[in-house]
Amino acid sequence: MDIRNRIAKRVAAYFKSGDVVNLGIGMPSLCPAYSDPGVMFHTENGLIGVGPLSTGLRQVESFTNASGQQFLPLSGASAFDSAESFAIVRSGRLAATVLGALQVAENGDLANWARPGKMVGMGGAMDLVTGAPKVIIAMELCARGGEKKILKACTFPLTGRACVDHIVTEQGVIDVTARGLVLTDIVDGVTPQDIARQIEPELIVADDLRIMEA
Amino acid sequence: MTGKIRSRDEIVAQFKDGQTIMCGGFANRGVPNNLIQCLLDSGAKHLTLISNDTGDADLTIGRLVHHRRVDRIVASHVGMNTETVALIEAGEIAVTFVPQGSLMERLRCGGSGLGGVLTKTGLGTIMQEGKQIIRVDGEDYILETPLRADVALVRARMADPLGNLAYRGTSRNTNPLVAKAADVTLVDADLLMEVDEIGIDRIVTPGVFVDMILAH
Repeated sequence: MDIRNRIAKRVAAYFKSGDVVNLGIGMPSLCPAYSDPGVMFHTENGLIGVGPLSTGLRQVESFTNASGQQFLPLSGASAFDSAESFAIVRSGRLAATVLGALQVAENGDLANWARPGKMVGMGGAMDLVTGAPKVIIAMELCARGGEKKILKACTFPLTGRACVDHIVTEQGVIDVTARGLVLTDIVDGVTPQDIARQIEPELIVADDLRIMEA
Repeated sequence: MTGKIRSRDEIVAQFKDGQTIMCGGFANRGVPNNLIQCLLDSGAKHLTLISNDTGDADLTIGRLVHHRRVDRIVASHVGMNTETVALIEAGEIAVTFVPQGSLMERLRCGGSGLGGVLTKTGLGTIMQEGKQIIRVDGEDYILETPLRADVALVRARMADPLGNLAYRGTSRNTNPLVAKAADVTLVDADLLMEVDEIGIDRIVTPGVFVDMILAH
């Protein structure tokens, strides 16, 4: 499995039947292939029941996801306006949201919408991290140039404070807890020391450290 | 029955330089493209645009940016449109970003006679700068104030001559909110229906919010 699908599959293990989940664009959008069929997906423009991407004659302008891609609505889907959509988000009706990140801090602060001097808008990310009971970050452990992304404090503009619960990466899974960052899952062949070297804060290793499917 | 159905020329005549225009749509979908063409044909410029995004470069809402009609933008995200991003970076368009959920509530307040809404979205981020923080039952909230426009551009699936509107799927998106929040609300409908044909309970936007429907 490639890195993106490896991360998506591990993220999907957090979902259970009956959950309504919002997926960000990019890597998070790979999660449905690995999710329990009883999970329903929410798109912030205004629909619960997002199905697979549609092709050919089945493509309809009126069923599109947050990236503008056309999909097939599933049986049981409901459509609503974008204010209702964010009422669902802010009131805690989502089980989880899955987002990418530029930086995550030890205390769960998230920066994922702007680099200094480069701002194109946050879309729904600030509402999602404020309202969703569980915020799951799907990202590669380090940036392309090898820069650390898990830091003692974020230096980029924040999306939300102390909002992240789980960080799922290609090398392992780190939970944000009251006692600090806890490594819960690790890919075979990687050591906790390898991961600790690639993050800034101290890393606690869980007593029941699990092997993450590679 | 003609009702609120108006000719293209009458619609084009609604637009003036310097207006604030609110436009429905999300990521190029559910956008009132025929009304955007009317706005372009009017020649109106120095506009303030309120919309979720600005579509792609020279597509849908992005055509207003491409033809340099817009001086200011209020949106939640413009990253899909390379032209918008370049004009913002060049200082030729001023932009205000609003979190998407807060933007929707600001439209809802603008169209509902409300003075604002309290939200936790953006607390502890640069989004709270310059905004009032209000404490309710020991919890802090940001006060988000109403947004209104001179003219609203709405895309609907169905419209009847009284202006009653129904939508389809995710093309509904911001349209029912935009429809309420302007002095003049214009509608681009895929289907023009007879009175009573949409169905009382299928109507999402009551015609009382609508001023003119573009004739087919």
